[in-house]
Amino acid sequence: MPRLIMEKYAMPLQPAAERVQNFTEVALGYDQETAVAEAKRCLECKKPKCIEGCPVEVPIPQFISLMKTGDFQGAIRQIKAKNSLPAVCGRVCPQESQCEQLCILGKKGEPVAIGRLERFVADYQLAGSGDDVQNQLAKKVITKSKKVAVVGAGPAGLTAAGDLAKMGYQVTVLEALHVAGGVLMYGIPEFRLPKAIVQQEIEAIKKLGVAIKTNYVVGQLATVDELLAAGYAAVFIGTGAGLPYFMNVPGENLNGVYSANEFLTRANLMKAYRFPEYLTPVKAGQRVAVIGAGNVAMDAARVALRLGAGESSIVYRRSEKEMPARHEEIEHALEEGVKLALLTSPVEFHGDQKGNLTAMTCIRYELCEPDQSGRCRPVALKGSEYKMPVDNVIMALGQGPNPLVGRTTPDLELNRWGNIVANEANGITSKAAVFAGGDIVSGAATVILAMGAGKKAAQAIDQYLKQKI
Amino acid sequence: MYKIVHKEILSEVILLFEVQAPQIAAKARPGQFFILRLDEKGERIPLTIADTNRDTGTITTIFQVVGRTTREMSKLNVGDGILDMVGPLGEASEIENFGRVVCVGGGVGVAPVYPVAKALKEAGNEVIAIIGARNKELLFWEDKLAAASNQLIICTDDGSYGQKGFVTQAVEQVAAAGKIDCLWAIGPMPMMRAMAATTKPLGIKTIVSLNPIMLDGTGMCGACRVSVGGETKFACVDGPEFDAHQVDFDLAMRRLSYYKEEEKRAEAVANCQCGGDGQCHG
Repeated sequence: MPRLIMEKYAMPLQPAAERVQNFTEVALGYDQETAVAEAKRCLECKKPKCIEGCPVEVPIPQFISLMKTGDFQGAIRQIKAKNSLPAVCGRVCPQESQCEQLCILGKKGEPVAIGRLERFVADYQLAGSGDDVQNQLAKKVITKSKKVAVVGAGPAGLTAAGDLAKMGYQVTVLEALHVAGGVLMYGIPEFRLPKAIVQQEIEAIKKLGVAIKTNYVVGQLATVDELLAAGYAAVFIGTGAGLPYFMNVPGENLNGVYSANEFLTRANLMKAYRFPEYLTPVKAGQRVAVIGAGNVAMDAARVALRLGAGESSIVYRRSEKEMPARHEEIEHALEEGVKLALLTSPVEFHGDQKGNLTAMTCIRYELCEPDQSGRCRPVALKGSEYKMPVDNVIMALGQGPNPLVGRTTPDLELNRWGNIVANEANGITSKAAVFAGGDIVSGAATVILAMGAGKKAAQAIDQYLKQKI
Repeated sequence: MYKIVHKEILSEVILLFEVQAPQIAAKARPGQFFILRLDEKGERIPLTIADTNRDTGTITTIFQVVGRTTREMSKLNVGDGILDMVGPLGEASEIENFGRVVCVGGGVGVAPVYPVAKALKEAGNEVIAIIGARNKELLFWEDKLAAASNQLIICTDDGSYGQKGFVTQAVEQVAAAGKIDCLWAIGPMPMMRAMAATTKPLGIKTIVSLNPIMLDGTGMCGACRVSVGGETKFACVDGPEFDAHQVDFDLAMRRLSYYKEEEKRAEAVANCQCGGDGQCHG
């Protein structure tokens, strides 16, 4: 038996100084040789733990085993049977807290780079080398007469749609924006998740027989009840996160204060980084401050640098240890020159006569003893206020639920924040034939958790429709 | 593609398009709007729904040429298509029988006030419509507003048609003649702000329709936030109609002007030699 290699093969990256000047992908992906070598690190445990960490049940040891012999075709077939968006997951899943966290190798050294391997085979197929996988999956499509409507073409909706189509249902996805993909298109930047790849994966889902209607706002063009009356036997709601949170402090409606959703939608969905060729503008002035420290905050701070901001800072009221973003994202951001202003939070924004932001008053915090939740509660230090000049502020504080479906579906139970109440295990809501999952249920979370919820709901919808006969 | 089936040039800067959009036409109610994107590289802009025809499956929009997108749009003709149209968006007007109501349309705002006036009249109200513009040339839909009201008052700033003066003065006259139970005012921000200032001391319930910058139009981005009664509201899902006496118009006007420089640049690029790829304008 060969000696164990305790470290992951490194992911080749665009050098920081170079990549901060462009919007092309930061992580370049393994080549074939490295992918096989990394796959060979897998011990093929008798009782593999990694699968338990995957919300969409990817058969991890099986696909990695096939990769060892160079059978990438076989590997992608294994993955695609369970996961409709592997090229997305391979890039944006927090594997370190999911599958890779449970990898036995991780006890002594680094776990197998499961995410990078998934990305490799997904890209291998998208590059045209494995097209028949989709055709084989597509052979089985539409064997059932029942129609299912999926509201929202984000990670939850696309996963539910793909799975339901594989079960044979006629699926129609209704998307409010002009393009499918949800947060994968408007939120996550091109340099982390190329939009062409998202669209290729969506094309593959369409090949399964899924119809996607864009520019279709449920709650306006049709209510959930109208969809049910129109012949859909079940409805899955995956409308995602909506209304961005602001801080409720003076001056936050000044020009130059963005929500992360707006800033990223301009840059990503509308391609404002190519203004004026693309007509949507976005501003990232000399000094940009991003409030918050999650993945969305890192994305916004890095986009700001690429748009030409001289300085881009993360402003966060806890310390580096508590930053909720993935370690990898923080590391990449710091390499690119993003600054951290920790234990700090704005209390007021100031503008000029035109109403344009010029500065913010911040207050410093210190962390006290951890509370019951285990997190240190930040306490504002009286008299520590100071003024920080700033041209743009991006609020990355999360978001509440979108109100449109809730408002127009009176018998759908919502919690006090307006999220849809649904069983975590199966997406069942208070309304018959209506299922929900993703951020509209959980509040803002990750792509993969939304996908997991879409998968569970698809299984529950299948059971529900079988019983209904 | 959403096909343009009818085009009218109402004035030098105001155009009317009737567009094939059967789903929107079937659902749109007075007070609502839609968002369009002309082509792959276009921006998303909100426009008002001035009329709907459920038989032909068309909606009518009237717009003023104010920037690059509306200028490009003005060059489209019957038979051309618009890439994306999403709607109806926003909350519909709350139509009930208030009694004696006034519907004021200023400039291009005459278009969205028309369906509101029509619905109010159908609901049994006595509707007094007031339409105003800088001059006669910029006025349109006098006939439609006459049909949708019991009385029509026309104002021009320069007196070239109707009575000389602002729509606010006409409202004061109508108020002097009898109690106004509710008033809608739709038009440019300064006009709506002036109307709020006029009706507040008179104690007239006044509703305005705000037109902030929008992106998705479904409550996701927060670009359209406005301050109403000291609270931040999203015009796309909480509006676009709000109590005029609660709206912070100064803030709303400043927010509308945030991208003035970029708008100029987009227009300049469209008119220059580099063909829009930014070579000569960065």
